Amino acid sequence: MNPKENFDSNFGEASVPASRLVTSLASPIDASCRVPLLVLFSGAALWLVVGLLLSLAAVMTFHKPDMFADCPLLTYGRVQPAANDALLYGFCIPAGLGVMLWIFARLSRAELALPLVPVVAANLWHFGVLVGVVAILLGDSTGFVWLEFPRGGSALLFAAFLLIAISAVATFGQRRECELYPSHWFLLAALLWFPWIYSTANLFLVAWPVRGVAQVAINSWFATNLIFVWLALVGLGTAFYFLPKLAGRPLQTYYLALFVFWTLILFGSWMGITVSAPLPAWMSAASSVAAALTLVPVLAVAIITFKTVRGVPHGGISCKGEPFCYIKFGTAAFVLSALMLIAEACPQISRVIGFTWFGPAQVQLQILGFFTVVMSGAIHELLPCVMGFGLPFPKLVRLQHWLFMPGIVLWAGSLAVGGVAQGMKLGNPQTAFADSTAAALMFLRVGTTGLLFILLGSLLFATNIFIMTLKWKLALFKSLLAAFKAPLATPSASASLRRDRAVAEGKGGEVKP
Amino acid sequence: MRNGVIVFIAAFIALGVSWCGFVLAPVMQLGTEKQAAVLNSSDVYPIGRPGEANQGLQVYRANGCAACHTEQVQQSGFACDVMITSAGTNPPAVIAAWWRMQTNFFPNEMTQRFYSVIPNSGGVPQFPFERVRKEIADIAVESFQNVGAKAEIHIIAIGPDIERGWGLRRSVAEDFLYDQPVQLGSLRAGPDLANVGARLPDANWQLVHLYAPQALVKNSTMPPFRFLFEVRKIGNAPSPDALQFSKAFAPPAGCEVVPKPEAKQLAAYLSSLRADAPLYEAPFTPIMTKP
Repeated sequence: MNPKENFDSNFGEASVPASRLVTSLASPIDASCRVPLLVLFSGAALWLVVGLLLSLAAVMTFHKPDMFADCPLLTYGRVQPAANDALLYGFCIPAGLGVMLWIFARLSRAELALPLVPVVAANLWHFGVLVGVVAILLGDSTGFVWLEFPRGGSALLFAAFLLIAISAVATFGQRRECELYPSHWFLLAALLWFPWIYSTANLFLVAWPVRGVAQVAINSWFATNLIFVWLALVGLGTAFYFLPKLAGRPLQTYYLALFVFWTLILFGSWMGITVSAPLPAWMSAASSVAAALTLVPVLAVAIITFKTVRGVPHGGISCKGEPFCYIKFGTAAFVLSALMLIAEACPQISRVIGFTWFGPAQVQLQILGFFTVVMSGAIHELLPCVMGFGLPFPKLVRLQHWLFMPGIVLWAGSLAVGGVAQGMKLGNPQTAFADSTAAALMFLRVGTTGLLFILLGSLLFATNIFIMTLKWKLALFKSLLAAFKAPLATPSASASLRRDRAVAEGKGGEVKP
Repeated sequence: MRNGVIVFIAAFIALGVSWCGFVLAPVMQLGTEKQAAVLNSSDVYPIGRPGEANQGLQVYRANGCAACHTEQVQQSGFACDVMITSAGTNPPAVIAAWWRMQTNFFPNEMTQRFYSVIPNSGGVPQFPFERVRKEIADIAVESFQNVGAKAEIHIIAIGPDIERGWGLRRSVAEDFLYDQPVQLGSLRAGPDLANVGARLPDANWQLVHLYAPQALVKNSTMPPFRFLFEVRKIGNAPSPDALQFSKAFAPPAGCEVVPKPEAKQLAAYLSSLRADAPLYEAPFTPIMTKP
């Protein structure tokens, strides 16, 4: 039962300096994840940059309203959902799935099962996101929040997710230890969560739409279960794996994590129906109660994080910008964004902040401050192990953190404060409506600086991943060339070569010459 | 937990229960919804939008208007106005009854407000009590009837949105019966549009506003939708659809701005937005005579 036993003791060994021989330094388990993870992460990094660029284009409307007046593709109502979807479906989900595959392989102490399946799935996924984002920009959005992708894109995403889930579950099934680690619960639940909510929402809203406001209930249910619950499951599952590993002590404690898991899935999945929606009153009442109860897992997450990192080197709130910092900051952002979501569900508070920029602030904090930060920390930490050589620009990791942290505080913070300022005026009918928008405008403009910081940070992230991919491809090409040029080996020598390669690549299914 | 199957079942139950609550239940409760009867009338509500407005709904969806505009009016409660329709044969008794109730119900509030008065009644106020609770209004109507006057209760929705003139009552499920997709919106970067057709019924105003919002609303942050319009050379005769602008927003000389079909559809949709039928679940009294 001691979770410490489940740690991979060989985690640090792969931080060996870069080497010519790509395949030799990573452990077979890590090496088996290489190709699927590279496809997932490089696509995700690209979408992160694209999504933030689209966000920037969207917020420019509030600097100069007629900037894109002649360009239907970039009108605010299209760019804004396209940006959100590019960030969520383009970055968050594939990055989360990649990290999940690696954690499953590591915790199972087994190589990734069916490694070709996630490679195909990752390509399908990124193609699906491309179809969806282009369709939104062309005006073919479905009109449902977080479900804007038209049928074709959604079908691709759904199929790709199932394929990756098959590989993940197969890897999970290979595990050599019976005991489950807390990350297992969260990540397994996430594997069930997404296909269920995504298929429900697409069937009831897009394929065979139900009538009237039942659409609103289903859309709210889907959005909350995706943005709050799914991201929390994957993000916390990842954080609960890396926090103890990087802090060098067990998770504090196993039972508190179990408690978080249960309360999060039981209460979190009932949130999301706003107090104001024209739906039967029992729904928003149930949602408000669920939100109040969700306070329990959120506070428990704060306690777990604090107790785990307290008193260890670089622990507490001290920060040097390494992946440990990313995970700590991300978890803190989760607690804050969840508290904001709970506040929105409280009838007294929502009277002020309902319909204001406070809502988008919470979403941005959840997606960028929590999930993106946790994922980029995890990717920085695991990618050198998987590739067998270090990050090309390790200093950029620290720089990215120092761009992300103030950027997110500025961006989400100014949206939230602007939302409150807007809400104060909106609730007072003696104030002209234009005053309420004007109140938020200044904060939006200040917040744009924060968005620029985040964009710069994401460029650094993408640079590291792309150079790494390039280096790997180059080395692969060189070794192929060498193998091609080498004189024909005698049968015995070639057999030993094959054996070496098989050991190095871990049965080498995916890195075929 | 030792077993993956247990985790799976736990997640299945948790999500399944919320699925029953927020997917299955609404589909069963609201999915078969029908038109509702309008209060004190034989009409039903809603009536489907005309075809052009329905196409406009799709233009609204394609351009993501719901990213900045809500279509849901909030209401914090309702209050009653008491209206005396006839002072009866003994106006001084009516006034005395009014003063008695005034001191009973609102002892601290000896009102100096101006009341509109029923003509030729010796000063019987038309609205003796405004924005009062239902119980008080009921007592008042009964008391006025006891002294021979005729009085009735007007139900008024209250709340910041109503006072802004964004609607006469809160939005209810029936308002969205025929919408596909239903786009409630969640951010008011722009005003609520649930009743924009009643508030700004002029389709031409909507077209000019879509082309150049800043021409009509100073400091508006709305992006212009110029791509829904065509700026073209005036041919032999100006188009009957051409829009008129003030100097700062006018097209170059010799050109005119003509709305494309999408713009006309969107304007038709906006004009069709009016949720102003009193319903059982959101009652109010439509008042025409009140000053």
